[in-house]
Amino acid sequence: MKRSTKKSIVQTIGFFALRAAMGLVLAVLLFFLFDIVKKGGGAVSWEFVSQMPRRGMTEGGIFPAIFGTFLVTVITAVLAVPLGMGAAIYLHEYARPSRLTRLIRLSIRNLSGVPSIVYGLFGVILFVNVMRFGTSVLSAGLTLGLMTLPWTITASEEALKTVPNSYREGAMALGATKWQAIRTNVLPYAVPGMLTGTVLGLARAAGETAPILFTGAAFYLPFLPKSLKDQFMALPYHLYIMATQHHATQQVRPLAYGTALVLILLVLGLNMAAVILRYRLRRKQR
Amino acid sequence: MSTAQNPVKIKTENLDFYYGPNRALKNVSIECYDRKVTALIGPSGCGKSTFIRTLNRMNDVVAGSRVEGRIRLDERDIHAPDVDVVELRRRVGMVFQKPNPFPKSIYDNVAYGLRINGMRDKRAIETVVEKSLRGAALWDEVKDRLDENAFALSGGQQQRLCIARALAVKPEVILFDEPCSAIDPIATAKIEDLIERLKKDYTVIIVTHNMQQAARVSDFTAFMMLGELVEFGPTGRIFTAPANKLTEDYITGRFG
Repeated sequence: MKRSTKKSIVQTIGFFALRAAMGLVLAVLLFFLFDIVKKGGGAVSWEFVSQMPRRGMTEGGIFPAIFGTFLVTVITAVLAVPLGMGAAIYLHEYARPSRLTRLIRLSIRNLSGVPSIVYGLFGVILFVNVMRFGTSVLSAGLTLGLMTLPWTITASEEALKTVPNSYREGAMALGATKWQAIRTNVLPYAVPGMLTGTVLGLARAAGETAPILFTGAAFYLPFLPKSLKDQFMALPYHLYIMATQHHATQQVRPLAYGTALVLILLVLGLNMAAVILRYRLRRKQR
Repeated sequence: MSTAQNPVKIKTENLDFYYGPNRALKNVSIECYDRKVTALIGPSGCGKSTFIRTLNRMNDVVAGSRVEGRIRLDERDIHAPDVDVVELRRRVGMVFQKPNPFPKSIYDNVAYGLRINGMRDKRAIETVVEKSLRGAALWDEVKDRLDENAFALSGGQQQRLCIARALAVKPEVILFDEPCSAIDPIATAKIEDLIERLKKDYTVIIVTHNMQQAARVSDFTAFMMLGELVEFGPTGRIFTAPANKLTEDYITGRFG
């Protein structure tokens, strides 16, 4: 056999293996989605997303859970976005490389790998007990905010890295202060990437159960939180309850699938928003 | 070439520069005359780019760097505590090795320096932008497409845009750090013509690895090696009768 044919056979096998790996991942994902749509699609209706749960959550909708997840995500964003971007700007633009900044970066990377239940317990101690916010949507949002922070910082720093140094030097050579150079000639080009990473982090937070479990999520509340100190219902926790903790799990199974579908659509929607946001900001610069 | 009527614009006295423990400049003393072109030549890594970047304190931002000795602009020490580095960089403009237009329109590139220095009057900005683009011999090529992104320009045009951008903030000195190393010969010729015209109004200091370029555009030439100034004098003399053996070997192409 000629050497070149042998090489091309190896290549064919290689490509086949890579395609198969990709196909397998896609198949699992599609099966997963298909199953949820099939079993939960019937439960989802306008009433389902707009009404309160009734009769011990065996009937009615999941509106408080949707609203609660929305509210807690907003609180998460209020904490994680400005702090994360600020920390990233400091780390990348101002902090001189030293042992301390390396240690800080390493800690941030490690924090993004800490299990979410640990954040949940930390939130109970810090926000619920020490700061006396009680089990509330505020405590839960702040806990999720802390959990999202390492992601926001890392994504923002990566976005800053993609801005060429010549933009900074060029601006400063024209008499810009360092902050002017960053504000007018670095941030405009880094913000799309920063926002994308941030929204992805928020989408992940919106789907978390463990951090809100002890800090503010309620088992069943047939009304909306009236203040930030109130407890709230959230989609992921509601799903957990409907699937395992409810007194009639078999009976409410379709509602649980419906909740899963709504949660997936919500997270998907957030991710899509990130993509669209980035696309539009990039185009505006051209 | 008379220098009698041209005062010294920039002067370095026993300038040392360190990147951490590495000494990149050793005891460099040069006088650059007002409205003359001074060229810095020498083999790669000889410190010529480091030198030029100390003159507008661009090296300040390099972590672990340190300057010793004096640099005087119009007699005043540029490291004096009351010197505003932002104002210094406005007075001492810089054109970089690789054209570095900002990802903005041609117009906004030139207006950038004006805006960050607080100019708000649109008519005034417009006037300066046109004047600067004319000054950089770019106006005729771009006047109908000022709103286009600067990246749409050719490399040579981008470099002239960067020159226009530097001119807009009314500098007194313009530093060129190998401005032609990333562009083609025809674009290079245009930039050399431009430098010839710029010296009527500005003090020009240019780093180049191209000896012919130094011979063509400069009035004075400094030859550097391993961070030291080997020889400095009128360009004509440096290229025809160098006093130092090393200079002679370099300009005759025996090493480089």
